[in-house]
Formats: sequence, structure tokens, C-alpha cells
Amino acid sequence: MKNLWQTTLAAVLLCASVSWASAAEPIKIGSVLTVTGPASFLGDPELKTLQMYVEDLNAKGGVKGRKLELIHYDTGGNAKDAVNFVKRLIKNDNVDLIVGGTTTGDTLAVIPDVEKEGIPFISLAGAVEIIEPVKKWVFKTPHTDRMAVAKIYEDLRKRGLTKVAIITGDGGFDKSGREQLLKLAPQYGVTLVADESYGNKDTDMTAQLTKIRSSDAQAIINFGLGQAPAIVTKNIKQLGITLPLYQSHGVASKTFIDLAGDAAEGVRLPAAALVVAEQLPDADPQKPVLLAYKNKYEAKHGPVSTFGGHAYDGLMIAVAAIQRAGGTDKAKVRDEIEKTQGFIGTGGVFNMTPQDHMGLTVDAFKLVEIRNGSWKIVQ
Amino acid sequence: MRLAGFYVFAAVVALLPVLFPTNYFVTVVGASAGLHVILAVGLNLLMGYAGQISLGHAAFFGMGAYASAILTTRFGWYSLLALATGLLVAGTVAWLLARPILRLRGHYLAMATLGFGIIVHVVMVQATRWTGGPDGLAGVPPLNLLGWAVEGDLPWYGVIMAAMLLTVWLSLNLVDSQVGRALRAVHGSEFAAQMMGIDIGRAKTQVFVVSALFATFAGSLFAHQQAFVSPDSFNLIVSVELVTMVVLGGMASTFGAACGAIALTLLNEWLVVFEDYEMLIHGALLMVVMIFLPQGLFVGLSQGARRLWAMVPRKP
Repeated sequence: MKNLWQTTLAAVLLCASVSWASAAEPIKIGSVLTVTGPASFLGDPELKTLQMYVEDLNAKGGVKGRKLELIHYDTGGNAKDAVNFVKRLIKNDNVDLIVGGTTTGDTLAVIPDVEKEGIPFISLAGAVEIIEPVKKWVFKTPHTDRMAVAKIYEDLRKRGLTKVAIITGDGGFDKSGREQLLKLAPQYGVTLVADESYGNKDTDMTAQLTKIRSSDAQAIINFGLGQAPAIVTKNIKQLGITLPLYQSHGVASKTFIDLAGDAAEGVRLPAAALVVAEQLPDADPQKPVLLAYKNKYEAKHGPVSTFGGHAYDGLMIAVAAIQRAGGTDKAKVRDEIEKTQGFIGTGGVFNMTPQDHMGLTVDAFKLVEIRNGSWKIVQ
Repeated sequence: MRLAGFYVFAAVVALLPVLFPTNYFVTVVGASAGLHVILAVGLNLLMGYAGQISLGHAAFFGMGAYASAILTTRFGWYSLLALATGLLVAGTVAWLLARPILRLRGHYLAMATLGFGIIVHVVMVQATRWTGGPDGLAGVPPLNLLGWAVEGDLPWYGVIMAAMLLTVWLSLNLVDSQVGRALRAVHGSEFAAQMMGIDIGRAKTQVFVVSALFATFAGSLFAHQQAFVSPDSFNLIVSVELVTMVVLGGMASTFGAACGAIALTLLNEWLVVFEDYEMLIHGALLMVVMIFLPQGLFVGLSQGARRLWAMVPRKP
């Protein structure tokens, strides 16, 4: 019996000393990203960005005198793995906050756990349903699909085009995008004359496009990720369809231009300012941030994509919140993330509120056109 | 005495959370190991004892999970009722399937069960209106046990372990019953079994249905515990993993299957830290076990222990 008391006392003392010593412990940032698998073109630059900037911040002495520690797991695009890894991050690694969830599917799958455990979570995925309705612990940095759709419809209105054909894939991003396309069309006076879909692993979409060709559409919108949009773009060229083609922000990477080749000429899409950083006017407050990130990333890893930029925004918002909160108390950090105002990131200027856990406006998007294998801002 | 091993196992399972109430590897990994034990023990009845392979067992696991997820999430059913409905549906499917499919042997049986698994997986992916498609269904409500909502790690550990002990106990008793002896006879030689007056068609059907029910039951618990289901959790790889658990632990031994399930679950969890090399180490370890302990981890090690025990010199 005496032994038991001694053990208990020792355990209590140990616990006390651990919590006392925590002031010098590293700040643990958890991350679940899709670094391998079909969405690796999103997750790979995100991971590289996080690693690069965590290293950078540590070299500058860390945050509040504490070093940052990045704990990362690769989901390979499997939502079930994302769920397990988030559990592991929270319960085994005891991370202070989580940045990540590359895809909408992964993010939506882990939200129940994040909400239950109460840990700040900054998602890097696109769909608007992640932050709508607002969830207490969930934030995100990439522009939503609704903003992308609004940007495209605005441009259609400028060009006086009203009859539109849409073609979308079967992934989470595609489906969510399609919903927004259907939902916003009446507001912009757009009539959808065709609504086709394909499987994201399909290798030919001519059947769907032939149907679109026989409709009286004046423009085509393709909402998708990965290589499918490149195939659609190529197929359109092969079928000799000359209608203006709009893509989503999901293809705003050099890979898309490489995959689609000549067919990509003249394709318009909403994209974050990062891809056209050099073309921005010098007065733009975003320009120095964009160029700094771009140069840093390209010096080490090659061509920059907007997706890595989302990770930069997520990490920096988190770090700023920890600084303002004066520590890693989860509830305080969450409150501070929500109070993020005027933060200039790669995605735009973030102004979060309790009603808006992203904080970007449609202006954060630039409408770009692909010209000579490169991006040009449409004026 | 016959169940001595079972009592020891039960005691260990009960003691672990008392000793380590906040350890991730006990409360979270332990719970998923428990589900795997239910699956492996069920599959072992079919594979280990009756000698029939199934490469589609994840399909039954998935049917249970989706039955519970869809009925409770979309229709607000009472969760035990949804669980029972899942068992009924999967049991009926297994029963209808058993007669034609279990006439096949060897590779043909493997192919047929594989096909079944793939068909069920395709339905999960394509029937988007019901299953949520490739992104799955989130927000499955907690299991409601007569008014007690099971939430949190420790309660789930308790529920899953209770279910697991029940299935292990059932399996141990089944194997030692007349049905169990009939199954082993079928495994040994179908012709001889028939000569002994065993209705082999019936024996195989029975074990297939029981095995499927175990998996369905585990699936229902899984859906509530994870609060999320997606087709990824029930694909071909999972079926193969289940077979690996049974073979790794030791065929025709209930504790062997349980041991294989626990070992593989822990292994996957430990190897995550190796990132890119995870699969490499995973494969190499399995190869080593199969080369040096071909009877399986549990059976091989317990035989080895027995041999060592025999070598200990005793007083005359």
C-alpha cells in the first residue's frame, strides 16, 4: 500500500513538472496532406511550403521563444486515413493545431473529430461547405468554389454570354463546384443549356463534349481537378469546338498548361494572384508578399503553384494567432484566428469574422487567360 | 479449463485501460484492433476451420457499416434497429450467395468472392444518392445503447472489447461443438466428410453466414465509432488485409486470428513514422514471419514456447 502512495506521488510530481516545463516545449503543428496519390499535385507543394517555412521560422528563433515542430502524415487521398491520422495527431502527438486536409473529401471527413476534440484546424481545401455553416474550430485559406463561380459568371456577363454548358467530374471538389454553378446561375442571368459529367479517372470526354457541341451553348465551363480538365481541354480542341472555355482555380498550376499543351491557349480561369505576381501593379500590397514567397519557393523547389501558397497562408495565420494569444491555449488561439484582420497572404487579404472563417472576397481572385503557355491578367 | 486462455485474454483486455487510460495505443488503436479481431475471428471460422477462402470479406464489413450509417443518418433510425437490419440483410445475402459460391474450390472460389467484394465496392462508390459516393458519409450519430449514447474513447473501447470478447467466446464454443467438428472434417476431405454423414453444403453455408454476420456486426460498430464511412474502408485491399491477419496469426486457431489482427493493427500504426519506407518494412516483416513461422505468429510461438518448456530440466 505504501508503495502505491509513493508511485502516485511520483506520478503527480512528474505530471506537474511536465506541465511546468512546457513553456520551453516546441509548438507542435500537425498536418495531414495528400502528398501521394492523384491529388499529390496539391499536397506536395503544400508540404514543401510548410517544411520550408517552419525551418525558416525556427532559424529566426521560433515563435515566442519556442521552436516549431511539424508533425506530418500523408493520407494518399484516403479520407479514412485522414480520419485516423487526425485522431493520432490529437491524441498521440498532442499537437497544438492542425494545418491541412488537402482535399475537400479529407477535410469533411475529419471535421467531426476536430469539432469534438476542440482543436484549431485550418483546412487547405476549396469547397464552401467546409466553412458554411460556420464550424467553431474550422477555418480555411483557399478561395471557395463559390467565389470562383462568381468570378467566371462576372466575366461572362461582361462578354454578354448567357447560354452556358457545364461539364464536371465526380470528385468532391467537382460536385461542390457544380452545385455552386447551378445555384449562382440565376443571379447572373446565366442559363445552363447542358450539364454533363465524367469520372475523374476517365481518359476521354468526347462523348459528353459532342452533346455540348449540339446544344446552343455560347461558352463552356469545366470545373475539376487533376488531369481530367486537361483532357477536356484537349478534347474540345480535337472536336473543333471554338466556344470560349472557362476552367476553375483547381487547374491554376503549370502542370495543367503542360498537360493540355496548345489546347490550353485562350482558356480563362479565376486564379489567385500568385501565378501573375509579376504583372501586378507595384502599388498592390500583395505584390511583395507574393514575390517573396515565389522566389523563396522557386529557389528550392521549382515552379510555384497557388496550392503551396494556401499552406503558407494557413501557417502564417496560425503563427500570428499564436503570437497574439501569447501561447498555445487552444481556445485562445482559435479566438485569435477568428480575429485575423488585414493579413496579407498569397491568396489575398484575409479579414476573418465569426461569420466568415475564410475572410477573402471575390476580388482576391484574378481572372487570367492562358497566352503562349503562360498566365495573363484579363483586364 | 477449456476456456482458460479466454479468461486470461479477457482479463488483459479489461486491465489495459485501467493501467493506461489515456494511452493512444490502448484506447484508440486498441479499439480498432478490437474490430479487426472480430473480423479476423469470423473469417478464421471460414478459412481456418472450414478451409474456404474469401477475398470479399470487406464487403460484409461494409454492408454493416453502410446499413448503420445510412439508416441512422438519413432516416433517423434507432441505431440498434439499424444494426439488426444490417445483420438481417447481410445474413440473407450471405445465405443466398453461399450455396452457388461455395460449390467452387481453390482459385475459383477466391475469384468468385473477389468479384463479390468488387461489386459491393462499386455499388458503394456509384450509388451516390444513398452512400455519398467516393467521399462517403460523414456525421453518423453515436451508437445508442438503450438510451446510453456511446461517445469518447474509453466507452468505445469498452463496447468494442465487450463485442470482441463475445465473438471470441462464440467462436471458441462453436469450434468445439458438433458444427465445428463437421467443419474440420470438411476441411480435411469433403468426400470423407460426406461419407461420415455430414451435409457439407449445409455446413459450409452455415459457416459462411456466421462469418459474414461477424463482419457485418463489426461494420455497424465501425460506422458509429468513426462517425464517418467511405468506400476506401471496404475495398479489395481491406479484404486482403483480413486474410493476411488470419494467415499471419495462424490458421485454425481463434486466438491465432485474434493475435494476427492485433499484430497487424499495431504494426501499421507503428510503421507510419517511417513514411515512405512504411510499405517496404511492412512487406519484409510479413515475409520474415511467413518464412520462419509458417504456421503463423501465435501457433508458431506457442509451439516454440511449449518446446522450450519441455527442455527445462525438472527434478526427478
